[in-house]
Amino acid sequence: MDGVRSHTIALLVDNEAGVLARVIGLFSGRGYNIESLTVAQVDGSRNLSRITVVTSGTEMVIEQIKAQIDRLVPVHKVTDLTIGGPSLERELALIKVASTGEKRVEALRLADAFRARVVDSTSQSFVFELTGSTTKIDAFIDLMKGLGLVELSRTGVVAIARGAEPL
Amino acid sequence: MAQLQMTGAEIVLKALADQGVDTIFGYPGGAVLPIYDALFKQNNIRHVLVRHEQGAAHAAEGYARSTGKPGVLLVTSGPGATNAVTGLTDALMDSIPIVCLTGQVATHLIGNDAFQEADTVGITRPCTKHNWLVKDINDLARVMHEAFYVCKAGRPGPVVVDLPKDIQLQTGPYVPPTQVQHKSYRPQIKGDLNKIREAVELIANAKRPIFYTGGGVINSGPAASQLLREFARLTGYPVTSTLMGLGAFPASDGQFLGMLGMHGTYEANNAMHDCDVMINIGARFDDRITGRVTAFSPGSKKIHVDIDPSSINKNIRVDIGIVGDVAHVLEDMIKVWKSKVYRPDKEALGEWWKQIETWRGRNCLRYRQTGDIIKPQYALQRLFELTKGPNTYITTEVGQHQMWAAQFYGFDEPNRWMTSGGLGTMGYGLPAAIGVQVAHPDALVIDVAGEASILMNIQEMSTAVQHRLPVKIFILNNEYMGMVRQWQELLHGGRYSESYMNSLPDFVKLAEAFGAVGLRVSDPTKVDDTIREMVDIKRPVIVDCLVDKNENCFPMVPSGAAHNEMLLGPEDQANVSEAGAALV
Repeated sequence: MDGVRSHTIALLVDNEAGVLARVIGLFSGRGYNIESLTVAQVDGSRNLSRITVVTSGTEMVIEQIKAQIDRLVPVHKVTDLTIGGPSLERELALIKVASTGEKRVEALRLADAFRARVVDSTSQSFVFELTGSTTKIDAFIDLMKGLGLVELSRTGVVAIARGAEPL
Repeated sequence: MAQLQMTGAEIVLKALADQGVDTIFGYPGGAVLPIYDALFKQNNIRHVLVRHEQGAAHAAEGYARSTGKPGVLLVTSGPGATNAVTGLTDALMDSIPIVCLTGQVATHLIGNDAFQEADTVGITRPCTKHNWLVKDINDLARVMHEAFYVCKAGRPGPVVVDLPKDIQLQTGPYVPPTQVQHKSYRPQIKGDLNKIREAVELIANAKRPIFYTGGGVINSGPAASQLLREFARLTGYPVTSTLMGLGAFPASDGQFLGMLGMHGTYEANNAMHDCDVMINIGARFDDRITGRVTAFSPGSKKIHVDIDPSSINKNIRVDIGIVGDVAHVLEDMIKVWKSKVYRPDKEALGEWWKQIETWRGRNCLRYRQTGDIIKPQYALQRLFELTKGPNTYITTEVGQHQMWAAQFYGFDEPNRWMTSGGLGTMGYGLPAAIGVQVAHPDALVIDVAGEASILMNIQEMSTAVQHRLPVKIFILNNEYMGMVRQWQELLHGGRYSESYMNSLPDFVKLAEAFGAVGLRVSDPTKVDDTIREMVDIKRPVIVDCLVDKNENCFPMVPSGAAHNEMLLGPEDQANVSEAGAALV
C-alpha cells in the first residue's frame, strides 16, 4: 500500500479501570495495527498514565487513529511523536542466553560491545539487560540467536520528544 | 453545609430528577430491585414497563430523537444488559443520547460467575460512547451526572452506568449536577473562524453548489435547522439530506432535492456527482451515501462541518474540514456571508438549477397505481397526504418500507422522523414509536413497518396497550423480507433463499389478542378510508396493508456503483460489479 509508515503515538489517559481495554479495543475493532504498546502510571497526583503505541498506516489511517483515540472520554492528550519534531525512542530487553565454551565467551564479548549489562549469571547462562533503540536491540538479538538465545522479554517502545516542552 | 446522605438507589433517582428526567423505560430484575423499590416510593419519575430490554433501549431512542433530551432506560444485570446491547449499538451508530442504567451483582461477587452476572462494561465498551462501573458509593452521584454530560456533549451517544446491587443499598453522599464537572472531556463546539471564512469564500464563488446535510443538523438542535434554512435562502443553493437528516430542511421547499444516497432521488445524486462545491453539514460520508468512493463527486471541492474530528477525512478526503457544532458553525458562516456582502453567481446558479430541473423532470419516484393491488408507494403517499402535519411523528422498521417512507413522507420540521439509519435495526420502529408517544401524548405517532420487521419486537404491543399509548402501526405487508428479496433478485439470480415470510400471523387477530385494534386493507380504493379510520381510533392500531409482493425500491445506486449510475426502475438492466456484490 502507498505510503504506509510506522508512527509512535503518545497518549495521556486517566489511570482508571478499563482504559487500556478502550484503547486496545479501538485498534482491534477498527482493524488498526499495533506494533508495540507500553503503559504505566506517570503522574500519581493527577492519576494519569502514559500509553506509547507504535502503529502503522497511510497518512489518512494515522490521522483516523489519532482522531479516534482522541475522542475516547478518558484520553487527555494524543501526540504523534513521529511527525511532531525530533524525539527519542527507547526499549529495554532482558535476554537469556544459555551456552558454554567459546559461544559463552563470544556472547559476553558482544554484550560488552553493545553495552548490555549482565544481570544474572550461572555457569551455563547469562541474562543480559539491554536498553536502546528497537533496531539496536533487534541487532543484538540476531547475534545471540547463534550463541544460545533461549528466552526474550522486551518492554516495547517508550518515547519522548526532545527539548524543553512537555507533552 | 452537611452533605445530603441517601441510599444508592435514592441517589440514582435524585440524579435523574435533577437532570430533568421525567420518564424512564425499563424492566425489573433481581439486581435492580432496590432501585425499583425507590421508584415505587416516589412520584417524580414515570416508569414505562417494556416487554423486552431491547424495546426499552429503542423507546429511549425514540424519546430522545423526538425531544432532543437524553432517553433513559433501566434494566437488570446479565440478560437485561445483554438484551439492551442492540439498542445501545443502534444509538451509537445514529449518535442518539441515551443513558442506560444496568443492575450488576454485588461488588464482592463480580468475577465469580454469579447468577445473572455478565461483564456489562466489557460487553458494552465498544457499543457505547463511554461506560462506568460504580464500585464506590462516594462516586455514584458524580458518575450519574457525568453520564448525562458525556451522552450529550459533542457527538451524542449512548452511555452505560453499571450499578452493583450492594452499592444501590449502601448510604452515601449526594452532590447536585452543579457541583460536578468532568475533568477532561471538552468537545470543540465553535468552529475555526479562519477555516469558516475560507469555506464561505469557496461557497460564494461556487458555480454548481450543493448542501449535503445530515443527522448532525438535527442533533445540534432546532436552532441549527433554522440557521440551515436561513443560509439556504441567502444563497439560493439546492439542499439534499441523508436519511438521518430529513426534516432539518423542509421537504416542501423548492430548494430541496429529496434524500440522496442508495435510494435517493435522481436529482439529488446527480447534483452530488456533478457539483463543484459540496457543503457537508453534519453528515459523515456513509457508504450508503457515497456509493463507490473512487467515483464519488469527482470534480468537487468539499467542505465538511462535523462535531466529531474522526468523521473528517474518514471515508472521503475533504478540502476544508471544520470541527464544531452545526448551529455554531452555521451562525458564523451566515455572519461572514453577510459581513462580506457575498452574492451568489446568479448566472451560473441559474444554469445549475436548469440542469437540476431536467433531472427532476425524470420524476424518479414515479410509480403506477393500476389494477386492484395496492402499490406500497401509493399507500405511503396517501398516508402522507392524510396524516401530514407538525404534530405527526413517523418511525420505521428497516427495509423497503423504510426507504419508501423516506421517499414519500415529506418532513417540514426536525425531530419528526425516527429511523434506524446506521445500524439498520429491524424491530426498531414499534418501541421507538412508544418512546415518541410517551414524550408527545397528544401527537399522532405512526410506525411504518414491514410484516417481517414488526415481528422482531411485536411484544411491545403490550407496552402500548398497558400505558394507553395510541401508536399506529402501518404494515406494508408483501409477505417477503422485501429488501432481502430485492437484493436476491438483483445479485443472486432470483433465488429467494429464506426471504419468504411463511406462516405469518393474522395481524388483525394479533392486534386484538393484545387488546388493540386491527384493520386490514387490500383494495386500493379503500386505502384512504382505512387510514382515516386508523387515525380516528384513539387506541393502538395495527393496519395490515396488503401490497404488491414484487415491487422493488427505486431509484437505486447498486453497491459499488457511482451516483450517476442509478437504476431508475425495473426496466434498467441491473449491472453490479463483482466488487460491488461483496459489499452490503
